[in-house]
Parts: sequence; C-alpha cells; structure tokens
Amino acid sequence: MTALVAARPRVAVVVFPGTWSERDFLHVAQSVLGWEAWTVWHTATDLGSPDAVVLPGGFAHGDHLRTGAIARFSPVMGPVEAFAAAGGPVIGSCNGFQVLTEAGMLPGALMRNDHLEFRCDWQWLRVEHPASAAAWLGDLADGEAIRLPISHGEGRYVADAATLDALEAGGRVVLRYADSAGDVTSAANPNGSERGIAGIVNERGNVLGLMPHPERAAEAEVGGTDGLRLFRSLERWLQHQPAAAERRL
Amino acid sequence: MRWLAEVHVALKSGIADPEGQTIAAALRSLGYASVGDVRSGKLLRIGFDADDPPTAEATVAEMCRRLLANPVTETATWELRADEQQDAEPAMPS
Repeated sequence: MTALVAARPRVAVVVFPGTWSERDFLHVAQSVLGWEAWTVWHTATDLGSPDAVVLPGGFAHGDHLRTGAIARFSPVMGPVEAFAAAGGPVIGSCNGFQVLTEAGMLPGALMRNDHLEFRCDWQWLRVEHPASAAAWLGDLADGEAIRLPISHGEGRYVADAATLDALEAGGRVVLRYADSAGDVTSAANPNGSERGIAGIVNERGNVLGLMPHPERAAEAEVGGTDGLRLFRSLERWLQHQPAAAERRL
Repeated sequence: MRWLAEVHVALKSGIADPEGQTIAAALRSLGYASVGDVRSGKLLRIGFDADDPPTAEATVAEMCRRLLANPVTETATWELRADEQQDAEPAMPS
C-alpha cells in the first residue's frame, strides 16, 4: 500500500507527573502548525494512533533517584517502546532524552552539569548527519549551526569510550554544542558533555534524544524559529511514509 | 521475615563527579589541606520482606539491577541484615 498520511500530522505528547513542556509542544503543533496533537497521561496504555510521539521536558516523577529513572517504568512506556520498535518517530527533549536513556532506548546517560549550575539560555548547535535522523532533522543541513534554548541542570552526556566511538562511527551524533560559527569547542559546551554531544539518534534513526528545546524556538516572537524546522522535517518525512495504521501492521 | 538493606550507590571510577570535586575544594578551603578525591553517592535504606537469606540477597540484587543503579554510570553494593524493628527509619535518640 502506498497511502500517504493525512495532511495533518497526529502527535501524542506524553505527560508524566512533573512534566512541564507538554503545553509548549501542544501549542506549536496545534496553534503554530495546525496539527492534531494531544497529551497522553503516563498511566495510559493507548497512545491514540499517532504519527509521532513526543517525550517533553520537565522533571518526571520529580526526577527522584535519577532523572528519568522512575518514568521508564510508567505504563505508557510500553506502548512508546512498541511504537518506536515499529519504526514510529519518537523525540525526547531534555527530560524526555533522560527518560529515553534510562529506558535503554538510547545509549549513555545524562548527569549533573560539570559546573553544577542549572543552565537556561540560548545555545548554538552544530547539526551533523541529519540524514541519520531524517524524520526529525531532514530539513537541516550537515554542518550548519542552529540556535535553540537549553534549560537543564543534568545534561552532561556520558557514555563509555566504546559507546561513544560506535555512535560516531554510525553517524548517530546528530547535534553538538557549538559556537555561532558551528565550531564545536569546550567553551561552547554548556554542561561538560562528552565530545560536546547534545543529541543522538538510535540505530534505526527514528528515536531522537536531545537536551535542547525545539518547541521553545518555533515563533519569532520568542526569539527564534530554528526549532520549528524539526517539526517541518517531521511533516515532510511523514508525507513520504505509509500511514501510521499501516506501519503498525 | 523482615530485612533491612543498606544500599550504597556510587559512581563508577572514571565517571566525573563534579559534586565530589566541589565538596573536596570546600574541605580544602576550610583548611583540610590533605583532602584528596571526594566521591559522592547515595545511601538507600530499604525495609522489605523475604522468606530466607538467599531470597533476600537476590531481591536486593534485583532491585539494584532494575532501578537503584544505572549500570552506565553507577555501581551498587549493599549490607543486608534481619530487621527485628521492622522499621527502615533508624530510631531517633530521645
């Protein structure tokens, strides 16, 4: 079958107790883009047949024990993992990235920033291997610099050398902290992440985790629109995919 | 029977510990010039039921593996003892 997804993408936004960025994602999807978007409470076991799933930022379950450690056991994570295993596009931003690593859907871990401070600021990022995460970065160019907000106290990406090397070799490091010229420097690294890593994708290319907040940079009024390009990438990618219902078969 | 596990979660060697480094610097600035590395961690005191010692031991190991420590960054060790007080909270001196 070659039926295409309806013009309006359908996005499920997962909400754990303590999630705080779901309304920004809903606002961008619904009000800025005119998509269908809804929240899914963490106890739900039905995502509602979305085309894409968002794990937003916040402090899921208070981030007790470790960031994302409790959230990974929420009932909703079963359907989220099944959706991802079927190739459905999943994005985890900030706390959502932390949940994805705790759930084992992405390698590594996110630890306390090296300077121990919370950082809430605009941050330049270098885009690498956008084709590795085509559903989310397909509209972006390899090597270009984009500017997105960051807002985290625990964003220092850590993994062992073998894992880091495998990520690099697979073209799966897709965003790095950089300066406005796109140069990855230690001065531009806001949290001490290994190799300046700000975002990685799974082997299949459908699950993206990133510390920055694309949903907070989707309108010029809030200071930037580079984040909107991730949403546009998804829209374009979905237009070339079989409908979600068929994909699950 | 009732058990009390004291689980120590520590960062693996090689994992940077900025909290420990900050504490070490604070101790040195207080005059403890000989302070070397400080490593931070967590102590979790867990009361639970198990029929016998092997089951209790296996249960703690499973708790650590499934939730208490992230194998990417942390290790867990524990001490286990029968808890006749049936109370994970240590008694406060009166």
